[in-house]
Amino acid sequence: MGRAKLPRKSTNIDMTAMCDVAFLLLSFFILAAKFKPPEALKVTTPNSVYTRIVPERNVLMVTIDKAGKVYLSFSDNNTAEKADIIDAINTSKNLGLTAQEKAAFSKQPTAYIGAPFSQLKAFLDRLAVPDGLKDVNLSGIPVKDSANNELIDWVRAAKSAFSSSALAMKIVIRGDNDSKYPSFQGVIYSFKKNDELKFQLVTSPVSVPSGTDLWQLNQKTNTKGAS
Amino acid sequence: MAEMDTSSGGGHKKGPGVKKSKKLSTRVDLTPMVDLGFLLITFFIFTTTMSQPTAMPLNLPKDVDKPEEQNKVKESAVLTIMLGKNDQIYYYEGLDPTKMQSTTFKGIRDIVIDKKRRTDPADFVVILKPTQDATYGNVVNIVDEMKIDDVKRFAQVDIAPAEYALIQKTEQANGIK
Repeated sequence: MGRAKLPRKSTNIDMTAMCDVAFLLLSFFILAAKFKPPEALKVTTPNSVYTRIVPERNVLMVTIDKAGKVYLSFSDNNTAEKADIIDAINTSKNLGLTAQEKAAFSKQPTAYIGAPFSQLKAFLDRLAVPDGLKDVNLSGIPVKDSANNELIDWVRAAKSAFSSSALAMKIVIRGDNDSKYPSFQGVIYSFKKNDELKFQLVTSPVSVPSGTDLWQLNQKTNTKGAS
Repeated sequence: MAEMDTSSGGGHKKGPGVKKSKKLSTRVDLTPMVDLGFLLITFFIFTTTMSQPTAMPLNLPKDVDKPEEQNKVKESAVLTIMLGKNDQIYYYEGLDPTKMQSTTFKGIRDIVIDKKRRTDPADFVVILKPTQDATYGNVVNIVDEMKIDDVKRFAQVDIAPAEYALIQKTEQANGIK
């Protein structure tokens, strides 16, 4: 019996096309990736199950570092408001800041405030120089003593600056996992004094533990949405 | 596939003494390169979508001084959670702080759920009282726990001095520093 002879085919596949696709996708993802701006203040945020993304525009951000020191910064698109804020603080506190010192805060997108009013002039001089704040022990904005909570003045200035340019200010608090509660309490107090009662706390996302009430709720809404 | 013509000469018939040079294949095995490409792709996909920080909304009630404007809660429907040193949690039901018991972040879920199942959902309120010794991470974790346990009403309140003294006493007795 003669069997039909199958021609032996090579198992080698031409990988060039696949390689092209892989690198095309790779270049797409590299270009689409948003690089994190170098953060001057290092903070390890706590985890939460919330999924809402942190806003990026019109943000007043309060950062609490590991030692409980408080810093204030604003988002990149609020240069005009920043200039208003530093002007208002300069006049109300009689700090005698020069135009250059004010510009150090308002013109730099990553600039932050991390000193009490008494040391603000020296702080802004350092801020104007690149890397001028490296290895400097900053004292932060005083908040822990409710009689001397300087963040109240900053928030008031920010509030009026944002409302005069008709922007909705969003308050974001980025706290370190290990910072002690009194700093956070002081920050909240300063917002309460200004009638600002809605905050957003920056957290790292984690998934909802299975079997919990929220998990069951999510399951229910998911199946409802699918059907 | 384009391949280089490695044969020399342009149509000349070679003489009998000329050795034919061996044809070398220019094909390269691209499999490792593809592997590498996809490895990098997965890396970039994960880093771009996972590192996006999320926001936890926190709405505070306005401070009111007059007692008649304050929110009233049913004594039987209240669970008070106090945050102490070293991630310790102290809690009591109702309005009597002396019935305080201690637990940790691992045990608090069962306690909240247990209380939730026993009370009318319309009245159930959790009161959170962080002490001076708690960390910011503790506060976020407990607010997150409220979300996980689907507790609709919870309030963050400053701790009463009597309660703080009670916690300090318990901490001393338990040797927590």
